[in-house]
This record gives sequence, C-alpha cells and structure tokens, in this order.
Amino acid sequence: MRNRLFVILSVLMIASMMLAGCGPAEEPYECTDTIGCVTVAPTDPVHIAYAMVIAGPDATLGIDSRNGAELAIDDKGGTVLDHSIRFDGEDDGCSAEGGQAAGTKLAADPTIVAVLGTSCSSALRVAMPLLSTAGFTVISASNTAVDLTLPGGENNHPGYLRTAHSDAFQGAAAAKFAIEYLMVTKAATIHDGSIYAEQLQQVFADEFVKLGGTITAQTAVDPNQTDMSSVLTDLATGSPELIYHPIFIQAGTQIIRQARQTTGLENTYLMGADGMFSPDVVEGAGDAVEGVFVSSPDFTAFGSSYNDKFLPAYEAKFGSAPLSIFHAHAYDAMNMVLACIENPSVTIKDEDGTLHIGRQALRDCMYATQNFAGLTGTLSCSEYGDCGAPVIAAYEYHAGEYPPEKVWP
Amino acid sequence: MLKRWLQTITLTDVVVWAIGLIIGIAVIYGTISTLRADIYSTTQWIDLIIGGFKLGGIYALIALGYTLVYGILRMINFAHSEVFMSGPFTAVFLAKFLHAKGFYNSQPVISLLLITILSVGVSMGIALMLERIAYRPLRNAPRLVPLITAIGASFFLQYTFRGLYGNDLESYPTMKVLQGKLSLGIIQIQKADLIVIIAAFIMMMLLYIVVQYTKMGKAMRSVSEDKETAALMGIDVDKIIVSTFALGGASAGIAGILYVLIFNTAHFYMGFIPGLKAFTAAVLGGIGNVPGAWLGGMILGLLESLGPNLFLTGLGVPAVSQLKDAIAFTVLVLILIFRPTGLLGERLSKAKA
Repeated sequence: MRNRLFVILSVLMIASMMLAGCGPAEEPYECTDTIGCVTVAPTDPVHIAYAMVIAGPDATLGIDSRNGAELAIDDKGGTVLDHSIRFDGEDDGCSAEGGQAAGTKLAADPTIVAVLGTSCSSALRVAMPLLSTAGFTVISASNTAVDLTLPGGENNHPGYLRTAHSDAFQGAAAAKFAIEYLMVTKAATIHDGSIYAEQLQQVFADEFVKLGGTITAQTAVDPNQTDMSSVLTDLATGSPELIYHPIFIQAGTQIIRQARQTTGLENTYLMGADGMFSPDVVEGAGDAVEGVFVSSPDFTAFGSSYNDKFLPAYEAKFGSAPLSIFHAHAYDAMNMVLACIENPSVTIKDEDGTLHIGRQALRDCMYATQNFAGLTGTLSCSEYGDCGAPVIAAYEYHAGEYPPEKVWP
Repeated sequence: MLKRWLQTITLTDVVVWAIGLIIGIAVIYGTISTLRADIYSTTQWIDLIIGGFKLGGIYALIALGYTLVYGILRMINFAHSEVFMSGPFTAVFLAKFLHAKGFYNSQPVISLLLITILSVGVSMGIALMLERIAYRPLRNAPRLVPLITAIGASFFLQYTFRGLYGNDLESYPTMKVLQGKLSLGIIQIQKADLIVIIAAFIMMMLLYIVVQYTKMGKAMRSVSEDKETAALMGIDVDKIIVSTFALGGASAGIAGILYVLIFNTAHFYMGFIPGLKAFTAAVLGGIGNVPGAWLGGMILGLLESLGPNLFLTGLGVPAVSQLKDAIAFTVLVLILIFRPTGLLGERLSKAKA
C-alpha cells in the first residue's frame, strides 16, 4: 500500500516537473539585444555607477554632481521597477590617468547598467573607449569639451551622452560677453593643458577675433603651479584688457591673486569659466576676487522647482548649499537614465521580478530622449549625445560673497 | 701635460661640451636679443627678480632639511616634503579660528607668531617621528632601504593628513597688514614678499651660525665626517641625529608659513612640488653643504622666475613661461655634468677625503 502510494506520488511529481518545464510562462528569457543584456535577479539592486572626481583639490565638482544624482534617486524612493538602486563608483581624478583607472575598473563589472560621469573631459577621453566597449551607457553632467560630441570625431564614442552644455556655447558666450558687456578689444588666454580649458580658450579666442577683438597671447600653466609671476609678466607685455583663464580652482585662484600684484595687470579684467564657480575661489583668492567674472549655466533659466524643491532638499540632505554648478545636470542625467530603464522597450520584467535590461536598447532610448522636462530646462538629445539646454550667463564675484552675482545677459 | 690631457678626452666629453656650448650660446644670444628688444619694463624685471628671491628663499629653507640629513646619514629624506606640508596644513585651522574670533587682523604679529609656532611644532614632531619610527631601525641597512622607506613614508604622511583634514584646498584668511605694496626708491614690493625674503635670509643665517659655531653644530659636523670616530670622542650620535631632524623640521615649518604668506593655500600634497624643487636646489648647491642649499635655492628661484623671460623671449619662443621648469632643470643637468658634486660640493668632499 505504502509502496503504491509512493509510486503514484513520484509519477505525479515527475509529471508536474515536466509540465512546468514545458510551460510557456517559464520559458527562459533570450537576450536579443545586439550588445547584450544585464540581468538583475529579483532581490538584486539595479547598479548604476559613477566616475567622478571625489578627492583632491577639484573634488567639489564631482561630489556636487554625485549629490545631485543621489537626490534624483531619493525622489524615486530609492527604487526603479521595484528594485533598489545601487549607486557607487570610482574617482576619475579629473585627469587622464584617473580616467584610465576608473574606466578599467568599472568596465570589468558586468552588473553596471549605466555610468554617470565623468567629471572632467580629460578623464572621459581615456575612460570612454573602455566603457563604450563594455556596453555601458555613459552620461556626464559636467563634461563640456567640444570634441566629445563632435559628429565623426575620434572622441565621440557610442553610448556617450551629456546633460552639460558643450563649450562651443560657453566659449562663444564668454567672447560675446567680453565684447558686449566689458567692451574690451584685447584679450589674452591661459589654459592648463586639460582638454576642457584648452578647447574652451580656443573657442573663446576664435569667437573673440570673429567679433572684432585681438588676442594678444595664448599661454598655459601647470594645474598645480603656484607661482604665476613669470607667466603673468609675460602676458602683461601685450597689455591685454581681459585675461580669460577657464581653468580649475587651484591654479585659477593663484592667477586671480597674483594678477592683481603684477605690474601692468592691476586693472585688467579677469574671467574664468564654470570650473571656477565655487566657494573655494572666494575663500582662496580673498579680496582679490572682487570683480572677477565667471561664465556658467544660467541658474535663473532653470525651472521653478530648482529653487522651490531641489535646493531645499539638497541643503537638508547634505547640510550645505551646492558646492559647484553641475548638481542639477547630474540630477537630470540620473532621471533620464532611470526613465529609460523603466521604458518597456528597454527592460523586460519577468513575473518573479527579474529584470532584463538591453544595453543597446538603453542607449537607443537615451539618444531618442525628446522634450524631457528636467531641472536645467527641456532636454532633447542629439544623435551624437548632446542633451544639454545651453543657456550661459556671466557672473561677477564680490569679496567674501558666494554665489557670485549674475551680470549678463 | 697637454698631451696627457688630450689622451684622457673621450667622445662623450666632446659631445657633452658641445651640448653645453650650444646651450650657452643660445642663452647668451637669447638674453642679448631680449634686452635689445626692450620688451619688459624695468619694473617688470624688478618684479621678476623679487619673485625669484622669494621662491629661492623658500626653496633654500626646505633644501636645508634635505642637506642636513644627507650630510649626516647619507640618505635622501624624500618624506621631507611632507614634513614641510604638515606644518602649514595644520596651522591653517588655527589661522581660521583666530580669524573667526577677530584676533587675526587686530593682533597680526601675535597671530603670525602663534601660527608659526604651531607649524614649526608640527613639522618638527613629524620629522622626529619619521626619524624614530621609519629611519632609526634601518640605520645599518643598505642605502637603498631607507630611500624606499622614505618614499613610502612620504605617501603614508600625505594620505594620513588627507584623512585627518580632508582633501579640500584650505585657504589662509587674508592678513590685512600684509596687503599692498611698499615703495623703496624705484622698487615696488609686496609687503608679504618683503617679509618672506627677509625672514628666509635671517633663518638661513641663524641656521648657518648654529651649524658652524655652536657646540651642537660642531657635533653635527663631526658626526657627518665619521660617525664611529665621533662616538669614540664622546658624542651621542643618536642625540645629534635627532637634533638634525629637529632642525630640518623646524626650518621646513618656517618655510611652510612663508610659503602660505605668498600663496595662502594649503592642501595635502602641497609639499610635493616645492619638495622636489628644494631637493633640486640642494643638489645644485652641493648636497650636504649648508651655504650650498642657500645658493642652490636662490639660483633655482631666479632661474625659474627670470629664466624663461630673459633667455627665451628674445629667441621668439611663444608662451615662454611654460618652459620655466625645463630651463631650471636643464641648468641643473648642465651644472651636474660639469660639476657632479654641485656648486659648493667639492670643498666638502675634499675636506672629508
């Protein structure tokens, strides 16, 4: 009796297993994406990584962006498609070496769906070939170098997008500001060898000449240089009315301090770019910061929710006003990534909650983004990855005050 | 005599002389054409010279730490750049505190003194700890061992300070009394620069007197000549080595404060480049030699400040200041080719022979 029961039960069990195996509902998912899929098990988080500068003298740039992205995750309740979001990453060092290290490390992690970063264009140029080959979608909140989204350019890689403006806009706006607002005709430029600064000053110089100005000199400093007396004395021989130095905080602060002490440059206008929009500049340059200009995205052009909701949330979570200027761009970048992951054409969700995210589908979805309502404006991506809504303004620093005052347009 | 001399010449010598000659001619030609083109005004030349002196003074004070330790232990203390960083990077918080209390600008002299004492104290402490923990156990090890240890200690200290104070750029508050220029005849000089130049000079003189004329200095020199014999003569070698590190640390701490008087920012790797330059200055002047450190520092400072504008502008090189390090190090290579012991090094090695 007992034997017979055992046989019947066994037969039933085997039959049920076979039936289950054949059932259409449990057919294993087959990835048809051309560059592969990321499979996220039911209890696993969706992994989005960052590659930003989070240490060293330029750290405020990266930490500020990371904060913005974290706020976007918080706004989503920390989940996407009922999976928690894992957001961690690597330091890009704001340099080619840092980009190499961060790119290599991230590319080796197949759980990563998308990468936010890098902070600096020099890092991206090296990291992007690695990240692109790994199949990631990369979106940067603060890369502004022109060549990264140049059609057919050697540094424009598949899978790269940015919410930051291209410096083609920023440099041109700075030149226009110099001619229209400052009414100067002679300018000199300084870069620090980074792609960002090198291209930005070149765009500025070209546009400045086009608008009728003269460039007296184009020179460079080392990003860690402290003594600027030689370079400034050299520039003074051309008696420029404006020195345009779109570099980073450390060397930029020294230029501001020492230009005021250099014979022949006492009254020369100084202008930096978004890399020098930071409280560290006010603190580091002391009284010499009075009257220094910087270009930056125009915060007044941001939607009302920036002031009403984003800034209070930022202060509440991180205990300070934004450290730099790309937090809102990072917030938008993260939201764009999350919106595309939620798109049914990108992600297939099994009944048990397993996610299958198509890598190429994610890229396609990102590039196809149109009229996305972001904090920084209405974002539409070009096929080369430019998603930013570039409205550039000029700001003037006053000693001991941050943020600087908007003066143009 | 001439014949024997001719026999000793090798092809390498000829090539080296040719390179030296070409560079020499380029420098002279560049200088003459720069001066004839009259590109820079007298004021600008004076500014550059002042810039050279102030940098030189700071380099010299740091170089002293390298030179003293090398003189006694025959090792290059690569962690000395972090000894230099530790002082001002710690004192910046005292400066900020004093500034917040309003004391900084109402009592600038006392504030500066307090900051300097803290900076010197910290730098000295770090130098002493280095000696006790990292170098003393390795004193009889092969020469490469303490060298590698020094590099390791340098990284360790950098990242320890980064861990302690964070990786932000910390700025010293502006001291109102040091703002603005002074007029000395036709020379216009920043008050801070003047203080730096004078303080660096006084410090170098004091240290020279200490090394040359005090009992401790005599003991230091005898230990540097021969440790064993000095010990036999009743000199406590360990104590002398400790005081050498203390002296080097103190001068680095003062150099640190002078550095921030000019550049006013401190961060965890601020020591790296000045340290490298100071080491170069020490080698240039003849490592192990105190006046050599001063001379090397001054020459390096002046070369960096004046060199590009003086030598290269006349040659039509664009954006000359980018080449300031190239000039400084080319001169270093040239000097070492023709005087491998450094400028004042020979006297020392003769005395020791």
